[in-house]
Amino acid sequence: MGALMVIFSLQPKQRRKTTDSVEDELELSAVRHRPEGLEQLEAQTRFSRKELQILYRGFKNECPSGVVNEETFKDIYAQFFPQGDASTYAHFLFNAFDTDHNGSVSFEDFVMGLSILLRGTVQEKLIWAFNLYDINKDGYITKEEMLDIMKAIYDMMGKCTYPVLKEETPRQHVEVFFQKMDKNKDGVVTIDEFIDCCQNDENIMRSMHLFENVL
Amino acid sequence: MAAGVAAWLPFARAAAIGWMPVANLPMPVAPTEKNKRQDELIVLNVSGRRFQTWRNTLDRYPDTLLGSSEKEFFYNEDTKEYFFDRDPDVFRSVLNFYRTGKLHYPRYECISSYDEELAFFGIVPEIIGDCCYEEYKDRKRENAERLMDDQEDNKDAKLPNMTFRETMWRAFENPHTSTMALVFYYVTGFFIAVSVITNVVETVPCGSVPNMKEVPCGERYTVAFFCMDTACVMIFTVEYLMRLFAAPNRYRFMRSVMSIIDVVAILPYYIGLVMTDNEDVSGAFVTLRVFRVFRIFKFSRHSQGLRILGYTLKSCASELGFLLFSLTMAIIIFATVMFYAEKGSTSSKFTSIPASFWYTIVTMTTLGYGDMVPKTIAGKIFGSICSLSGVLVIALPVPVIVSNFSRIYHQNQRADKRRAQKKARLARIRLSKTGSSSAFLHSKRNGLFNEALELTGSTEDEKRLSKSTSLIESQHHHLLHCLEKTTNHEFVDEQYYQQSYLEAGLQNYPSQSPSLSSQDGVTGTCCTRRSKKQHHTPLPNASAPAHMQPLKHTHTHPQGLQELSTIHIQPLSTSRSSLNMRVEEPAPLNCQSSQITTAIISIPTPPVTTPEGDAHLPAAPTLQNVVKVSAL
Repeated sequence: MGALMVIFSLQPKQRRKTTDSVEDELELSAVRHRPEGLEQLEAQTRFSRKELQILYRGFKNECPSGVVNEETFKDIYAQFFPQGDASTYAHFLFNAFDTDHNGSVSFEDFVMGLSILLRGTVQEKLIWAFNLYDINKDGYITKEEMLDIMKAIYDMMGKCTYPVLKEETPRQHVEVFFQKMDKNKDGVVTIDEFIDCCQNDENIMRSMHLFENVL
Repeated sequence: MAAGVAAWLPFARAAAIGWMPVANLPMPVAPTEKNKRQDELIVLNVSGRRFQTWRNTLDRYPDTLLGSSEKEFFYNEDTKEYFFDRDPDVFRSVLNFYRTGKLHYPRYECISSYDEELAFFGIVPEIIGDCCYEEYKDRKRENAERLMDDQEDNKDAKLPNMTFRETMWRAFENPHTSTMALVFYYVTGFFIAVSVITNVVETVPCGSVPNMKEVPCGERYTVAFFCMDTACVMIFTVEYLMRLFAAPNRYRFMRSVMSIIDVVAILPYYIGLVMTDNEDVSGAFVTLRVFRVFRIFKFSRHSQGLRILGYTLKSCASELGFLLFSLTMAIIIFATVMFYAEKGSTSSKFTSIPASFWYTIVTMTTLGYGDMVPKTIAGKIFGSICSLSGVLVIALPVPVIVSNFSRIYHQNQRADKRRAQKKARLARIRLSKTGSSSAFLHSKRNGLFNEALELTGSTEDEKRLSKSTSLIESQHHHLLHCLEKTTNHEFVDEQYYQQSYLEAGLQNYPSQSPSLSSQDGVTGTCCTRRSKKQHHTPLPNASAPAHMQPLKHTHTHPQGLQELSTIHIQPLSTSRSSLNMRVEEPAPLNCQSSQITTAIISIPTPPVTTPEGDAHLPAAPTLQNVVKVSAL
C-alpha cells in the first residue's frame, strides 16, 4: 500500500516536468531552504552553537537561497586550486556531501559532512573517504572508480608541475593503491579491507588527525 | 580569493581528508592558530553614523586600512569604537566590499570624492565589480578630460623652450595661442572667401557691350580677375608651404585630407599657367577650373561643425550606402514598370529604361518637374503608386538613419571601450590567479628558508617571516601543500615548467640529479636543490592577495623577496652539475652563495639570507630598489 502511494506521488512530478519547463525553472529559482533549528543541529552534529553560527553565516553568504547546487559547488572549490581543474573532483565531492541525492547540498548535509570530517572518529572518517571513492555506491571500489578519482585529483594539480605529469602517473598510483589495499586480490576493495589497511598505515592514521583544529 | 570563499576554506580543508588514504607520503603539519579568539563585533563610527560588523569580516582583506592594524590609529579609547572623520555615504560601499567581496560604484557619487575615499581606505579601484566598472571608467575618463582641458588653458602661456617650428605648428593648429596666429587665421579665411566669391562672380553676366551678347564678368574684366586669382593662389601656396614646413610629421601631413584639399585648390591655377592657350587642351583646362570650388572646403579648418559633419558622414557610410542601394532598387523597378507601361503610347518620352530613371527619381522625391508624364492609364496608375511609395522610401529611412547613426555611433564607442576593458580585466583576473598560485610558491620558498634557518640556528628571522602571511593564506597554502604530497608532484610556475619540459627532452641530466629530484623529502639536506630551484622561478612580487596593488606589498612587507631569474637554459644544466658536486658539502651557507652568483636580476633580499648572502650583495639593495616587478 505504501509502495502504491509512493508510486502515485512520484508520477505527477514526472508529468509536470515534461509539460512546462518554464514553470519548473521558476520553481527552482524560488527554492528557499531553511535549515532545521539550531538545537536540532547541535544535537545531530558535534559542533557547538557558536561554531554552527559561524558556519551558517559563511554558508548563507555564499548561497543566499540556502542550498548549493553543483555548479556553485564547483565554482567555490575551483577558487582554491587556481592552477588546475578542480571540477571533476568537486563533482565527486558533491556526490559525497549530497547524502540524499537530491541534486543540492543543503546546510544540514553540509554540516553533517563537516561534522564527520572534523569531529568524527577515525572509523567514521575512513567510512566517509570510502564513500567518496565508491562512485556508484555499491560497496566496492573498482579500479576504474579509483582511476577516475585519481585522475580528478591529478587534474587539480594542473599542467605546471615538477616533475612533469605523465599520462600513466594516475594509473601507476592506482596500482600502488590497489597493491596496498586489496588483500585478497580480487580486483575490488571492500570497506573492511579499506578500513583494515588504513588502520595499519601510520601515515594515513596520522594524517586523519590533521584537520582537527579547523574551525 | 574572494571574501565569501574564504569562509569555505574550512570546508575545503576538511574535504582534503578524501586524499589521505591515497597519498603515499606523510602530510605536512597544519598551521596553528595562535591566540585564536572568539569573533567579536566592532563598531565603526564614520562621522556619527555607526556601522557594526564582525572583526573577521574586516580581516578578509589584510592589505587595506580596515583589515590591517592601521585602523588601530583610529581607535577611540573612551567610546571603544573606531572613529573615521569621512563621508558615511561612500563608507557604505566600502563596508559592503568587505561583506560581499564586490565593490560597487554608486552613480550619484562624485568620482573624485569616491576615488579619495577608496585611496584613504586602501582599496584599489580596479576591483570594482563588472556591474559598475563601465560607469566608473566613463566618469573617470570624463573627469580626466575635464582636467586636461583645464590644464591646457593654463598651459598656453608657458612653454618658452619650443622650437620655432613647433611654435609655428601650434599657431596653425590652434589660432587662439597668439595674436599672430589669430591674424593669420582671419587673413586666410578672408582670402578663401574672396576666392570663392570671385569664382562665383566670374560667371555672372555683367553689362553688355553694345552689339554683343551678354558676357560674363570674367571675360570682361579678365585682367582684374586674373590678378585676384593670382593673389589668392599665392597666399594659399605660401600657407601650404608654411604648414608643410612646420608639420612634425611631414609625410603624415601630406596624406591628410586637409592638405589634399589645399593642393587640389591651388593646382588648377598652376596647370593653367603651364598650359598656354592651346585650343586642344582648353576644354580639359576648363574642367580643371571646376576644382577651384574645392577651396570652399578649406573653410573646414575654420569651422568645427564642418569637420564634425564630415566625420559623421564618414562613420555613417554604411547606412547611407544602404539607403542608396534600396533607392536604386526602387528606381529600377519603377522605371522598368513605367517603361513597359508607356511603351504602347505614341510620342512617349519614356524612350528607354534609363530615360525612365529620371521620371522615377523626380516622382519619388516628390519633385514632379512635369517634363515627363505618363499618358496611358496603366502608366498613370503605376505613376501614382510610384509617387506614393516614393514618400515612404525617401521619408522613412532618413530618421531611421539619423537615429541609427546616433545609436551605432554610441554603440561602437561602447563596444570598443568594453573590448579594451575586457582585455585589461581578463589580464587582471589571470594575474590574480597566478598571483595566488605564485603566493603559494613564494610561501613555499619562505617555508624552506625557515628550514634552512633551522639548520643555521637563527630563530628571530624565522619569527619575522612567519608573520608575513595571514592565517587564511597559510591555511590555503597548507591545503595546496597537502595536495602536492598526495600526488607526489609539486606546483611550479609556467617558466620553470617550460624549462624542465625542455630539459626532459634534452636528457641532459648527470646521473645523480634524477635521484635528487625524485627525492621529495622535506628534510633539510635538500635545501641545496630546493633553493636552487627557486631562483629559476621569476615570481611577481606577491605575498598577499594579488588583487591589491604591489605598492602596498612593499609597504606592508618590508622584507620584500628575493626574486631571481635566469635567461639561458645552458647555465641551468651546468649549474646543476656543479650543484651536484657541491651536495657533499655540509654547510648550507655555500648553497646560498651559489644562488647569488647565477642570479641576473634580484630585488631587495630578505633579511632571512645569511650574513654571507648579505656580504655578497653589499651594493645590490640600493640598485634593486629601482627594479621592481609588479603583479598588476
